[in-house]
Amino acid sequence: MKVQVVVGLEIHVQLSTQTKLFCGCPVRFAAPPNSLVCPVCLGLPGALPVLNKKAVDYAILAAMALNCQIASFTKWDRKGYYYPDLPKNYQISQYDLPLGKAGFIEVQGDDGGIKQVRIRRVHLEEDAGKNLHAGGAYSCVDLNRAGTPLLEIVTEPDITSAAQARALAVELQRIVRYLGVSEADMQKGHMRFEPNVNLRIETDGQAFRTPIVEIKNLNSFRALEASIRYEADRQVQEFLESGQVMTSGNKTTRGWDDVRQVTVLQRQKEEAEDYRYFPDPDLVPVVINTSWLDQIKALLPELPLRRQIRFVQQYGLSEYDAGVLTSDRSCADLFDKAVEAGGRPKRVCNLLTQVGLRVANERGCSVGDLGLSPVNLATLASMIEEGKVNATSGVRILEQMIATGQDPMTLARSMDLLQIADSSRLESIIDQVLSMQQKAVQEACSEGKKAQKAFNFLVGQVMQATKGQANPTVIAEMIRKRLGGA
Amino acid sequence: MDNLIDKALVRKVASLARLELSEQEVKEFTGQLCAILEYFHKINLLDTEGIEPLAHCLPITNRLREDQIQPGLDPGQALKNAPDRDGDLFKVPPILEEGLGP
Amino acid sequence: MLDAILQMDCLALAEAIRTRQVSSLEATSACLEAIDKYNQKIGAFLTVFQQQALDQARDVDRRIQAGDKVGPLAGVPIAVKDNICTTFGPTTCGSKILANFRSPCNATVVERLMRADAIIIGKTNMDEFAMGSTTENSAFGPTHNPWDLGRVAGGSSGGSAAAVAARMCFGALGSDTGGSIRQPAAFCGVVGLKPTYGRVSRFGLVAYGSSLDQIGPLARSVRDCALLLNVIGGHDPKDSTSVPPEIVPDEDLLARLDQPIDGLRIGLVKGATEGADLPIRQAIGRAVDTYRAMGAEVVELEIPALDYSVATYYIIATAEASSNLARYDGVHYGYRSPAARDCMEVYTRSRAEGLGKEVKRRIMLGTYALSSGYYDAYYLKALKVRNLIRQQIFAALGQCDSILMPVAPTTAFSLGQMAADPLKMYLADVYTIPANLAGIPAISIPVGLDGAGLPVGVQLLGPAFSEGRLLRIARILEKGAHWTCQVPAGLTV
Repeated sequence: MKVQVVVGLEIHVQLSTQTKLFCGCPVRFAAPPNSLVCPVCLGLPGALPVLNKKAVDYAILAAMALNCQIASFTKWDRKGYYYPDLPKNYQISQYDLPLGKAGFIEVQGDDGGIKQVRIRRVHLEEDAGKNLHAGGAYSCVDLNRAGTPLLEIVTEPDITSAAQARALAVELQRIVRYLGVSEADMQKGHMRFEPNVNLRIETDGQAFRTPIVEIKNLNSFRALEASIRYEADRQVQEFLESGQVMTSGNKTTRGWDDVRQVTVLQRQKEEAEDYRYFPDPDLVPVVINTSWLDQIKALLPELPLRRQIRFVQQYGLSEYDAGVLTSDRSCADLFDKAVEAGGRPKRVCNLLTQVGLRVANERGCSVGDLGLSPVNLATLASMIEEGKVNATSGVRILEQMIATGQDPMTLARSMDLLQIADSSRLESIIDQVLSMQQKAVQEACSEGKKAQKAFNFLVGQVMQATKGQANPTVIAEMIRKRLGGA
Repeated sequence: MDNLIDKALVRKVASLARLELSEQEVKEFTGQLCAILEYFHKINLLDTEGIEPLAHCLPITNRLREDQIQPGLDPGQALKNAPDRDGDLFKVPPILEEGLGP
Repeated sequence: MLDAILQMDCLALAEAIRTRQVSSLEATSACLEAIDKYNQKIGAFLTVFQQQALDQARDVDRRIQAGDKVGPLAGVPIAVKDNICTTFGPTTCGSKILANFRSPCNATVVERLMRADAIIIGKTNMDEFAMGSTTENSAFGPTHNPWDLGRVAGGSSGGSAAAVAARMCFGALGSDTGGSIRQPAAFCGVVGLKPTYGRVSRFGLVAYGSSLDQIGPLARSVRDCALLLNVIGGHDPKDSTSVPPEIVPDEDLLARLDQPIDGLRIGLVKGATEGADLPIRQAIGRAVDTYRAMGAEVVELEIPALDYSVATYYIIATAEASSNLARYDGVHYGYRSPAARDCMEVYTRSRAEGLGKEVKRRIMLGTYALSSGYYDAYYLKALKVRNLIRQQIFAALGQCDSILMPVAPTTAFSLGQMAADPLKMYLADVYTIPANLAGIPAISIPVGLDGAGLPVGVQLLGPAFSEGRLLRIARILEKGAHWTCQVPAGLTV
C-alpha cells in the first residue's frame, strides 16, 4: 500500500495597519476588553463601513509577492453566519472576485531545491471578535479584534508532507515580514492555519482518496505540522477500518487538541453551511488601475528565498549564513549595500550575524534600526581584511559604531585598537623580546618537539608587548625571518 | 407548478435566519410565501441575456480612507445597550454548538 | 397668531423667525400644543423632545436677538423618523427589539439639521424597520391619517407625513426604500421627496434595503423640500455610497426654483395608470392639463420591464434586509428573550419575540432568495432585471424631462384593510418602486382631494442627481394645481 498525504492550506494573516479594515479603531493586542470599538465594529444600527486604503495596499503587495494575478475590479461580499463574536452576524469578505488569484509561493523543498505551491486565491476580510468561554455557565465577548484586517491565502492542494506545510508557513511568515505587511507574530495570533488534509492511497493497483478533513484554527507552526502528521496516520487507520473514500458531501471539520495531540471531530460539513454570500451594498467596488499597481510594484522587494539563494551563489555564503542574513530584510539590505560599497561578503556577513543581529535582538528592533551606514560597515570589513584591526577588535568597534554612530577608523584610533603597521617599530619590539627570551630563542631554533611551542611563545610575548595591536601572522613571519637569519 | 416552498423548507429557512416559529406561523408563512414566491418567479420569464447583475446604482468606486486612528467609544458606551455584561465584556448564555461559525 | 404661524411653511417660518416677526419659542410651542392635542389620536410621534425643543428654541431666539448668524432652518421645528439615529431619546425603528436602544451617535442628517439650527421636536412613528406601507406594522401602534382617523397614514414614514399634515411640525425627515416617503406624503396631502441614491448620507439611518434606502424630506411645499435637501444633502465621508462633490457639485436648490423651463417635456408611461383608481387617474389627467397649459409637451413612453419591478424590488430589498437585520440577535444590544437558556435560544427566541410579523416575513423571503439553490433564480436574476429596468427608465428619461406617474393606486384606505394579504400590499408599491430600483429622484406632490375628501398626490421622476430641475418641474405643478398643503378638515389648529 502506497500512501501520499495531500494538503491544501488556508492561512489567515493579520495585516499591520494602524486601524481596522472598515473603521478608524486602532488595531492593538491585549488592550482592555471592548476598549477598541466604535459603532461600526460593534455593528450598531446605522453604522456604515469605510475601507482602509492601507489594508488594500498591503493586500495587493502580498498578492504580488505571491505571484498572483491582481484583480482590476473587485468588490465586497457579506458572508452570513451567526456567532456571538460576529456582531453583524455577517462578515465582510470577498467571495467571487478575490483581490488576487492564480499565484504561487516558492518554498525550499525536502530535497533542498525550490518547490512551487500554487496559490488559488488571496483576499481581504475582517476578523471577528473573541469569545471567552467562562467555565460553561456562560460566554463572554470582547470585540476589540472585530474588524481587524485579515489576508486570507488559500493554496492548491500541492503540499505533500506535514514538514512541507510547515516550511510553507514559515516561508510565508518571512515573506509578509519582508514586505512589512504583517508582524506575523505567532504569539499574538497574527497567523492562523486551516489545513485541508486527505490521502492518496494506492493498493492492489487501485487508487483511493480519503475524505477531506479541515483542521480548524491552528496558531503555531508546531501544531500545524503535528496535526497534519496525526491526521495522516488517523486517516490511514480509518481507511483500513472503514474503506471510506472522498465524496462531494463527506468533508468534515476537526479541531486540534494541543494537550492530547489529537484531532477531534467538530461537525460533518454536509449539515448546512449556507453563508448566503451577496455583494455588500454598503461598500462600492474597488478598481485597481495600472498606476496604482505600479506604485505598489515599486515597493516589491526581492523575496527572501530568492535572495538567500543569490547570497549563496553570488557571494559564496553558506546556506546557513544566507538564511540568517535574509531572515531580517533590513539586515539583508544592509548586507547588500555594504558589499556594494566594497566590503568583502564573508566579513560583512560575520559582522552582521555576530554583532548586528545580536544587538538588534537584544534591543528588540531590526538591524535596519541600528543606524549603521553601509559605507562604515564596508570600511570596517576592509580594515579587518587588511589587518588594520583584528577580528576581535572589529567586534568591539562595531558595537561602538552602533552605540555612538562614529565611523570605524575614528573609533579604532580612539579605542587604541589599530594594529601596528609600522615595521620598524615592530622590529624594535621584536628585538627587545628576543633579547630578553634567549632560552626560548634557542629552543625555537632547535630541531626538537619544543621548537614550535617556543616559537608560539615568542609570538605571544610580542603580541603582549604590542597590547594586541599587531597582526600575529605578520609578527610570526618577522620572527621566523629573524630566527632563520640568526 | 409545484409549490415553491413547503413547511419543511419554511422551517429550514427559519433556522437559517435564527427565527423560532410556532406551528401556526409555519403554516401561515408557508401559504403566504408560496403565493409571494410564485409571483416573484415571474422575473424568470424575462430575457436578461447579456445583462449584467446590478448590485449598485452608483457611478462611484474606490471610496477609501487613510489609515488614521479615529476616536471610538469607551467600554462604558460600548456596553450601554448590552442586555447582560460581565465587567466590560458582553455576556451570553453558553454557546452549545461548538465549531459553528465559519 | 398661532393659526397664522402654523399655516407657514419652513421657509416662511425661518424668514419670520430671522426677522423676529415670530419667535422660535412661539412656533415650537404651537407644534408642541398640536402634538399634545392630537398625537394621542394620530400616533405620529413615538418620542417628543418637549423640554429640549423649548430650550433650543429659546437659545435660537436669544442668538437672533443678539444678532448672531444662524443657520437656514433656525428655530424651525422638524421631526425625524425613528429609524434615524439620535444620541437623545431612543431610536426604536418602530420595533420591540430596539424599544430601549440608545444610539451613541447622531445620523449625519441629524448633525446637519442641528448645524442648520433646526429644532428637532421628536421622533416619528413608522412601520417596523420601514417595512410596510401603512405604519400599521409599528410595534407601538399605528399612525392614523389626520384627514380621516379611520384610515392609514401610509408608510413606512407615516408618522412623519401625518405630523407634517397635522401641523405638529413644519417639516420632517423620512426614509424611502420603495416609496416610504412618497406614498405617505400622498396619503396625508404633503410633499415628499426621495433624493437620488447617494445624494443624502445614510450614516445613522438604520438599514432596511441598503442599496435602495434614501433619506428625504416631507414638507408642506416644494420649496421646503429644496431647503431641507440643501441642508441634509451632500457628501459624507462616513458613508461609502455618498457621492463626492467631484461627481455632484453642491448646488443651492432654492436659487433657481421658480425659473421656468423652456421646452419642457413630460413623459407618461403607456398603460401605467390602468391599475389605479379613478381619482388617481383623474389627478394625473389634471396634472397633464396643468403642464400643457404651461406650454409643456407631453410624450408617451414605453417601459415594458416596469411590470417586473415589484417582484424585483421585493427580492432585492428582502435579501438585503435579511442580512441587515441579522444583527438584532439579543447579544450585544436590543431585546433579549428572558426565556433563552443558551446562545442559540438567545438568537431564535429574541428574534421571535422582538420582531413583528411583516419583518419576519421579509426576513424569511430574503433568506430564501439568498440561500443556496435559490440564489440564481431569485437574487441574481433580480439584479439583472434591476439593471434592465434601470436601463429602460434611463432611456425613457432621455426622451423627456420628467416622468409623471401616480404615487399609489388608491388614496388612503381603512386601517386593517390590507393586513391579511401581504402580496396585495406589496403590489400597491408598483409606482414608487421603480425610482428606488433605478436610484433616481422622485417627488410626490399633493394636487387636491378625492370625492371622499382624501388627499390625492402625483409623482414626478427625474434623472439621477437632477433634483434641481425636478424640483422646478414639481414647483410648476404645485403653482398650477392651486392646492397648497391644507390643514386636514376636522383638525383645528
